[in-house]
This record gives sequence, C-alpha cells and structure tokens, in this order.
Amino acid sequence: MLLIYCPHCQEYREEEEFSYGGEAHIMRPLAPDALSDKDWGDYLFFRTNARGIHHEMWYHAVGCRRYFNATRDTVTYEILETYKTGTQPTITGANS
Amino acid sequence: MKKYSAFSLLKNALSYHENWQKVWRSPTPKQDYNVIVVGGGGHGLATAYYLAKIHGITNIAVIEKGYLGGGNTARNTTIIRSNYLWDEAAQLYDLSLKLWEGLSQELNYNVMFSQRGVLNLGHNLQDMRDIERRVNANRLNGIDGEVVTPQRIAEIAPLINISRNSRYPILGASWQPRGGTARHDAVAWGYARGADALGVDLIQQTEVTGIRRKDGAVVGVETSNGFIGARKVACVTAGNSGVLAAMAGLRLPVESRPLQALVSEPVKPCLDTVVMSNAVHGYISQSDKGDLVIGAGVDSYNGYGQRGSFNVVEHTIQAICELFPAFSRVRMNRQWGGVVDTCPDACPIISKTSVQGLYFNCGWGTGGFKATPGSGYVFADTVANDHPHPLAAAFTVERFDTGALIDEHGAAGVAH
Repeated sequence: MLLIYCPHCQEYREEEEFSYGGEAHIMRPLAPDALSDKDWGDYLFFRTNARGIHHEMWYHAVGCRRYFNATRDTVTYEILETYKTGTQPTITGANS
Repeated sequence: MKKYSAFSLLKNALSYHENWQKVWRSPTPKQDYNVIVVGGGGHGLATAYYLAKIHGITNIAVIEKGYLGGGNTARNTTIIRSNYLWDEAAQLYDLSLKLWEGLSQELNYNVMFSQRGVLNLGHNLQDMRDIERRVNANRLNGIDGEVVTPQRIAEIAPLINISRNSRYPILGASWQPRGGTARHDAVAWGYARGADALGVDLIQQTEVTGIRRKDGAVVGVETSNGFIGARKVACVTAGNSGVLAAMAGLRLPVESRPLQALVSEPVKPCLDTVVMSNAVHGYISQSDKGDLVIGAGVDSYNGYGQRGSFNVVEHTIQAICELFPAFSRVRMNRQWGGVVDTCPDACPIISKTSVQGLYFNCGWGTGGFKATPGSGYVFADTVANDHPHPLAAAFTVERFDTGALIDEHGAAGVAH
C-alpha cells in the first residue's frame, strides 16, 4: 500500500484514495490534423514504460479531485516527490 | 534424449532413480548463433523448440537471466481457454489450445493438461449480452462454447452461490468445456528438454545487457558473460520487453504492471473446473495438489517489482468469498506477483521491427500462459521466414499506427 502525498491537500493519504493517470508530461499535439498516422499512434499508445525513475500522473479521486504528478521508482515503488501539474520535476532519471 | 515411459520408470526404479539422464545440458555459449532467443520462459522455449523442430534451425541459443521458466511461467494461474471475441485472437488462441491437446505426447513430457472446462460468469444484463455475443462469435469460429443458466452452473460447480440475493447475482455464464488448466512448470521444462534434444543451447544465469547493431541490422547481443553474435534476435521477455526494446533504440506500446496470484492451503477436491468473473473480478481453480489457485487483477500503476498491492488481493478475496461463501474460512498459503506487459488493446505483439533481424513477441499482458504453444509456433515461423505467420499477421506493431487494433478487453478476463 502506497502512501501518497497530495501536493494540493498537502497530506499523505492512502493509495486507494487515488487513481493512476499514466505517464506525465505527454504533450497533446498542437496541430492534430497535420500529424501523420505514425505520430498520432505514437502520441496515443507508445510510452517510455521506464524501469526506474518514472514521472506519472495521479488523480486524488476521493480527496481534492485534482490531478498532480509524481516521480516514482517503478522497481522499489518509492515515491521520490510529488508536484503540481504544470511544474517540472526536480528528480530525473536516465530515460525519463 | 531418453524417452520417458512406464518401462523407463520401472528400469530406473531398480537403481533407486539415481541414474536418470540430466533433462538438459548446461552448455558454454558459442561465439555465434543463427538465432538467439532472449528469455527462457514458456514462450521463449516454445519458440526455440519450434524453430528447431519445424524449421530445422538448430544453431540456436536461449539466453535467460535467471533460471528457465522462473518468471511469469512460474507465477500464473495456469488457465487455458480460447473463447476470445475477434476472429484474429480467437484463431490464435485456438491454435494454441489445439497444440495443448497433443502437447504431452509431442514433448514426451506430462504437462498435466486437464480439460476441466472454464466458466466465465455474467452478473448483469450487459454481461449476459456480451457473453451471448462472444459465444456466438466463438461458435462461428469453430470454437466450442455455450451459454449456461445459473442452474447448470450449480451442477458444474456445486459450491458456487447462485442466490438471487447476493450483491452481484449470477445470471449465467459462458462455458468452454475444452478449456482447463495445465502444470505451468512442466510446460517450460518439457519445451526446454525438447529443444535441448534438438541441439538448442539453453544458457541460464546470463543477462542480456545490450543489442549490438550494424547498418540497421542485428549482429548480436551483449551479455553479462560477454558478446554473443547472432543473425537474428528474438525477444520474448514479457514484463521487460520495454527494457529490451530500449536497448535497440525502439519503443513499444506496452506498459509493465504487476499481476498477482495466491494459493490456499491444500484442501480436499471441491472444485473441478475453472471459474472466472470479470464483473466481481476474481478467478479460481483447484490444483491437483488441492490448493485453491486464485488470480487477482493487475495493479493500477506501472511497476517492475515482482509483488503486488494488498488492496488488489483484498478485492479479489472479496469476490471469491462472494462467489464461494464456503471458501471464506480457507487459509491462504502463498501470494506472489509477476510483471506483465499490457498492451492498449489487450492483444499481443508478434512482430518484426525496424531493425533487420530483431523480432518481438510481447504484450501478452495477463493472459500469456494459455498461448504458450501457439505463441511459440507462430513466432518461430515469423522469425524463420522473416515474414509474419498468417495467424500472426494481424498482431504486428504497425497496428498501432494504422489503428487496426483488436480490442480483447472483454475476453481478456483481467481488467488492465
């Protein structure tokens, strides 16, 4: 069971209050019409799936109901930091 | 390879079973191979076996970082069925099921394949509509299946609670009598023994750390024991497929998640079929040893740690106790997790890549065990001919560019 610090509520809460939002910092293409099928497929489906440091979105579903980002190690599951959407992580890995 | 038979059992009994031949060799890796299969799980060993058996390529190495069949092959709930909705998936899984039916004879190794039938329960009207659609689609594909009533379910599995007063009452199920279970380790060992006898080198305790390329083509793999050359490299590494792909500068549309299972203490025979439920989300069967084998869902987040969350176990146990109130007092013995590579459409990727001579067989997600023979069969064909096997043609990685996805989330059994 993870204990996750919500940067909006500024509290540690249990994993079950949150839902996972997938990889963070994926920009929606600014001009989708101009995109090739390959680039669109890449945006929709392809992920870094990092083994190690991973930046990901979480949603505090039964709390403030807001999204935020977390930097987590996908091997040890340790959450290294959480930060608000729109800001940048302070910890980065080799392939993140 | 010495043939296993009643006679050999008798003969070896006379020498107190101390003179059995080793099941496979422990060879020193050669400098160079025609094909290197990365990953010595069920799928990888099956791939090597069929490459040698059907395509006559025997200069093969299987490179495994741990021990043979020690990953997800050893960590699943051993359910085998082929009742998938779409033609492409149904045909692939049914090829596999047909291979299972003759596998013990083919390998001269008892894989304990037991066709005890699989029930997929429906708990609401939409479940039942989906089940009827799927069963009809299966029958059009020549796959056995029928829609059964709660009364029939109670005949098949008497301990199940079909009361209308439960929180999620059982309204019916799909029933595939040809489905069942097999002994997970035996499949890996049987394929390993068969491949070894055909000359395949099984190299354990050797981790692939890089894929060496030259002019856009594979020339070999870097390993923890040095470089090994190869003209073709076939990656069958389940949860670590993304890591392997990154070594070749590729990305895959898979995400690795922990999937867990648990077994109870052994109890007297009480459940002689497989029961699965998507709605309450649990699946259960009883092993020959007597343990109840229970499957849980995947964790909600990416992870490479081979363990799962307690809340997922809790939800699964709630579902099992809802379905089988009698099991509420059974004590659980062990719990474990494996890392599965889930695909956005819950279907595998069996594909060439943009690197010449590099192939991937991955993305089986939560349902790879049942596909072990078929997966190896079509992947061996794809690798040998450098062209997708007809049954694998729909499963190339290009489908994520063209949009021709095969959405099997409904039949996958475990929500991803």
